[in-house]
Amino acid sequence: MKVRKLAISLATIVSLVAPPALADLVIPWLSYRTGPYSPSGIPAADGFADYFTLLNERDGGIGGELVKIIECETGYNTQKGVECYEATKGEGSLVYAPLSTGITYQLIPKVAVDQIPMHTMGYGRTSAKNGAIFEWIFNFPGNYWDGASIAINHILDENGGDISGKKIALVYHNSAYGKEPIKTLEKLAEKHGYELSLIPVDHPGLEQKSQWLEIRRGRMDYVLMWGWGVMNSVAIQEAANIRFPMENFIGIWWSGSENDVIPAGERAHNYKALALHGVGTDYPLYDDLKTYVYDKGLAAGDGSSVGSVLYNRAVYNSALLAEAIRTAQEMHGVSDITPVMMRDGLENLSVTEEVMTSWGLPGFAPPFEVSCENHGGDGLAMVQQWDAEAQEWNIITGLISSDKEVIDPLITEDSTQYATENNITPRC
Amino acid sequence: MFYREVGEFKTSYPQDSESFGIRLDKYGYYLVLFVAFALVPFMINDYWASAVLVPFLVWAIASLGLNILTGHCGQISLGTGGFMAVGAYSCYKLMTSFPDLNIIFCIILSGLITAGVGILFGIPSLRIKGFYLAVATLASQFFLVWLFNRVPWFYNYSASGQISTPERSVFGILVTGPNVQPWAQYMICLLFAFGLAWGCRNLTRGSLGRKWMATRDMDIAAEIIGVNLLQAKLSAFAISSFYIGIAGALFFSVYLGAVDATEAFGINQSFLVLFMIIIGGLGSILGSFIGAAFMVLFPVLLKNILVGWWEWDAALATHLEFISVGFLIIVFLIFEPHGLAQLWRLLKQKLRLWPYPH
Repeated sequence: MKVRKLAISLATIVSLVAPPALADLVIPWLSYRTGPYSPSGIPAADGFADYFTLLNERDGGIGGELVKIIECETGYNTQKGVECYEATKGEGSLVYAPLSTGITYQLIPKVAVDQIPMHTMGYGRTSAKNGAIFEWIFNFPGNYWDGASIAINHILDENGGDISGKKIALVYHNSAYGKEPIKTLEKLAEKHGYELSLIPVDHPGLEQKSQWLEIRRGRMDYVLMWGWGVMNSVAIQEAANIRFPMENFIGIWWSGSENDVIPAGERAHNYKALALHGVGTDYPLYDDLKTYVYDKGLAAGDGSSVGSVLYNRAVYNSALLAEAIRTAQEMHGVSDITPVMMRDGLENLSVTEEVMTSWGLPGFAPPFEVSCENHGGDGLAMVQQWDAEAQEWNIITGLISSDKEVIDPLITEDSTQYATENNITPRC
Repeated sequence: MFYREVGEFKTSYPQDSESFGIRLDKYGYYLVLFVAFALVPFMINDYWASAVLVPFLVWAIASLGLNILTGHCGQISLGTGGFMAVGAYSCYKLMTSFPDLNIIFCIILSGLITAGVGILFGIPSLRIKGFYLAVATLASQFFLVWLFNRVPWFYNYSASGQISTPERSVFGILVTGPNVQPWAQYMICLLFAFGLAWGCRNLTRGSLGRKWMATRDMDIAAEIIGVNLLQAKLSAFAISSFYIGIAGALFFSVYLGAVDATEAFGINQSFLVLFMIIIGGLGSILGSFIGAAFMVLFPVLLKNILVGWWEWDAALATHLEFISVGFLIIVFLIFEPHGLAQLWRLLKQKLRLWPYPH
């Protein structure tokens, strides 16, 4: 018995090491359906899987090649993320989308060596926008520094352009992710004259009493939040407990999903968050998803997350990757593309209104183009507000642009520093 | 029959005090060393290095360190994660401040810095014992991680608060950074693990180790027979922290390459190392390695069997992994409270008598 077990384990390891057959378009998805970040990880993983199931079922894949998703559970843990990366990179993986800033930082140097592109949509290292230095990393359509600036611009709009002397607090996940916007917010504070307070929340963020006490004592005018997982819903409940006016509480696009506001019930009414894309299921794509995926019983999850913000985000993410695969296939004239071709596809991606209509998502997000210099898109976002009675998000502004005057020099500075540290010569 | 002292004649004192007194033991030890040093480096690939063997060796060093303090000297510590952070951040500061300094020296110096910090936090152990000491060391865990988040000097004012390792080489062979070859990554960890385990074995057999064990077994009695408790306890803290600091430095520079203090060195890591030595066996070097293997490799193995082999749902497999690791910990604690190393000891006892058990 023992011998057999040992044989099985050994065989597993051997089979894991042996090179697999390269037939499909393989995309690994580093998911987290367990642990304190699962409220955020589950809808995203479902959306990602469902969209590619739809492409396989409806169109027979992309350009005639089936798409194979390898889901690898990380629990939002960096070490497991590395393990997942090493386990999947040999499977012909075209592109990585780790959905974790910590894992992204871990993988940035590795993917450049292994020549596999990585797409970190609205997260990861902001200065990776500079494609001249970060050849293999893409973070379109927006990044954290854009997000910080857009949130401040929204506050400026509400106050008639003058926020000097206002007290703004940043409640952030005490990790690489949460610390990203600090520099931008400090620069913007110099420019607009608001007072910035930094309030870190340690992983996993279940205990935030003291942080919110500080906000109440400091009589903050606005609170910005960079949270993820259970930290979001705890923060919104604590804000409600100190009766903080919800319309002055603005989360980044990762802190604005249904799972974050529903636990606070009525009291989450009017909570705001940034939005990279449209909300709800009112798009033609959802009819196809229903016909080809949900009704056939092929959905990845239990269906409860369909149409939620993070589900839509993952659908958007997978649609962008699928479009990049198409672009790469056209550019190189082969359907079974390699990671290097995929990189070209991502770099020449052009998302216009027609393209989004062809996905079945007309008017879902702003159009943008990727280029060699700009791997980060235009950095446009909207503001969405929670309606607790109707249990839905409403987009309340048009597209808001970030303050490029402040952000561009920061990106140049940070990416140049990375280039000198790692001896990279800019490409374009 | 094969495994026994009978028939092995010791003709000198050095022979008599050998670490492995029985011939079969000695050959087994050489065989393991041969496989580790001469075979594995030629067979290793990226996955084996960065997901299996390097983490195993790094955690083995950390649990060797904690085993000195807890297993040999009897002082409970929950500050392992914090001390690993000290090792990692000192290694980072040394690497970036002195780019010409060889990485080997950076790692050893980080160990020494951690030893200093360990002594500082070890001082309360002179007055308090047991659970109270555990709480005092817990404070060091939280304080150190807070410190590395709070003071930007430690992470060179980087925007994300992360530290990432520059490329460094030993004799022209890269050992850190993304371009490193898997065997080089493995070998540097193996060299440290081997050297430290060898040092630990000899320390614990010498007078210092005997002082530690006397302190562990009954400190008042130890004091009466002339053990200086101050010296014994603080040396245990210093040497244990030295090991843990080296583990932290390797964890950061060779294994992960970029770390974030809160996530990489949180309280979870302290508990992880404590579980390793409890499951492996307190006061045993083999136990440190077995414990590290169990806590680090078993989940990876289980994942590969369930997800890679039987194609289970990844989330279900993870939940099952939590359940089974927890269950096995309980099973081992009930059936073998002295750890897995005790099973090995029992097996050796039985082998000595086999095939005539009476």
